[in-house]
Amino acid sequence: MNLKHSWIIATKDLKAIRHRRTILYTLIITPLALSLLFGYIVQYAVSSAAPGTSVSDYVFLLDAFQFWFVIIAAILPSPIASYSIVGEKVERSLEPLLATPVTDGEILLGKSLAAFIPTILASYGGAAIYMAYADRALDGVVGHLYYPNGEMVVILLLLAPLTCLLSIELNVIISSRVTDVRAASQLGGVVFAPFMGLYIAGEIDVITLDTTTLLVISAIFAALAVGMFYMSTRTFQREEILTKWK
Amino acid sequence: MIETEGLTRKFGDVTAVDGLTLRVNDGEVFGFLGPNGAGKTTTVRMLCCLISKTSGTARIAQYQVGDDADSVSIRKITGLVPDNVGLYEGMSAYDNLDFYGKLYDRTASQRKESNEYFLKMLGLWEKRDAAAGTLSKGMKQKLAVARALIHDPQVLFLDEPTANLDPESAKTVRDFILELKREKKTIFLNTHNLDEAQRICDRIAILNTKLVAIGTADELERTVKGRQTVIQLSQMSDDVVKAIGRLSLRNLSYDGARATFDVADPEEENPPVVRTIVQAGGEIQTVTVRGSTLEEAYLKLVKKQG
Repeated sequence: MNLKHSWIIATKDLKAIRHRRTILYTLIITPLALSLLFGYIVQYAVSSAAPGTSVSDYVFLLDAFQFWFVIIAAILPSPIASYSIVGEKVERSLEPLLATPVTDGEILLGKSLAAFIPTILASYGGAAIYMAYADRALDGVVGHLYYPNGEMVVILLLLAPLTCLLSIELNVIISSRVTDVRAASQLGGVVFAPFMGLYIAGEIDVITLDTTTLLVISAIFAALAVGMFYMSTRTFQREEILTKWK
Repeated sequence: MIETEGLTRKFGDVTAVDGLTLRVNDGEVFGFLGPNGAGKTTTVRMLCCLISKTSGTARIAQYQVGDDADSVSIRKITGLVPDNVGLYEGMSAYDNLDFYGKLYDRTASQRKESNEYFLKMLGLWEKRDAAAGTLSKGMKQKLAVARALIHDPQVLFLDEPTANLDPESAKTVRDFILELKREKKTIFLNTHNLDEAQRICDRIAILNTKLVAIGTADELERTVKGRQTVIQLSQMSDDVVKAIGRLSLRNLSYDGARATFDVADPEEENPPVVRTIVQAGGEIQTVTVRGSTLEEAYLKLVKKQG
């Protein structure tokens, strides 16, 4: 595999994304707004708490907020992957691209990178803002920096990238079956539902989203990502694209 | 340069291309004619290694179509202008070319040189910074041709390059193909346009799932026994009509003072007709032998095969 080819395709798509306001705003506003909102809620909770309240009283809230960065990593790739793949279908630009010496795998990797890089950057940016805001709000309550902690490290370094990867792979499969960007984006938006389900399970105490559980979920996601990668590469073959894609 | 033998592609129970055997010579402009659904685009896609063949063999230069190891090599020495131009509409004309130049591993200086050369040659230099989506159909088509040539391929596949273009734009594209012909590029031209095929192509193949005929335009015209003699008289009298009627001519028809009939061998069959008309008192102004055109040959061959 020639990684240079994948990078050329990724940079072309990243350049195009910069000119798509809807995608750009989604990438910037979603993590920023949620980070500021969560930080503010933590700050409000601390400032309105009764004297003597310890950090353990806030853990429920903090655990709930930090998992949202997994959900963000599931939501954000959807509009990018939809635009990047279905956009090419709409413009009928895949055939000339497939006629170049670039392999199917290189094209898929390029498209995936174009969705992965901005998503991870936006998620990390949002997480950094949230952690800084929450740490500042918890200053004097904890006595040390609450973030980054083990759970947040697992979320940011394992779970969020794997979730992003899964979301991209699902969006590739969805994109092969629809004919317009909006439909792909809407269907791709549903991809976040299972991750939301995990969040709710954590909130109603069906599971505890501690470091161990997050590592187990990461392992399951890694296995799923391998399976989905196989499916998405099968979907993204030039023969399939030219003869079976709608 | 291109050789196929028994090349076949099936989609489920439907055979799109059936046992195609042909040879395209180096530096030849080869026209590929056929009705919609004849398998022209499928053939091009197979030859460009975009879709697999069901059976048969095909070779471009020294590379085997269908061999995974050779597929990338084939795509390096071929250029494709698909029936739909498929440009990146939001990108500028220059960036469209530059993107493809990068994918063909051209250096920055090579890209700069070739982008400028093709944009200037095709009259698009002034529009180099304009988004491809804002260009006219003709300009887009020219840009798509330039894109397919950016890596200096040995073989160029053109799928309906002048379809949906206004006459002026179509002429520009055709002139450019003729320019490429002078540069001895091997060109495989899918087209519906018989006049275009006749003017540009060295040889023409007619496909209707199966190969119907192959040859130069003249050869194809001669394969159809469709010549007609048209005799123009100063005036058509009853005596002349009766006299001609006794000759049992094929498909005889009258249009005013003009008689038209089919002939297989005009030199053999026309003199007795002329003598008969003169003896019946007719005054002949002109005798014209009308050969079958490529269009007539094409229609008859396709109909016969269908």
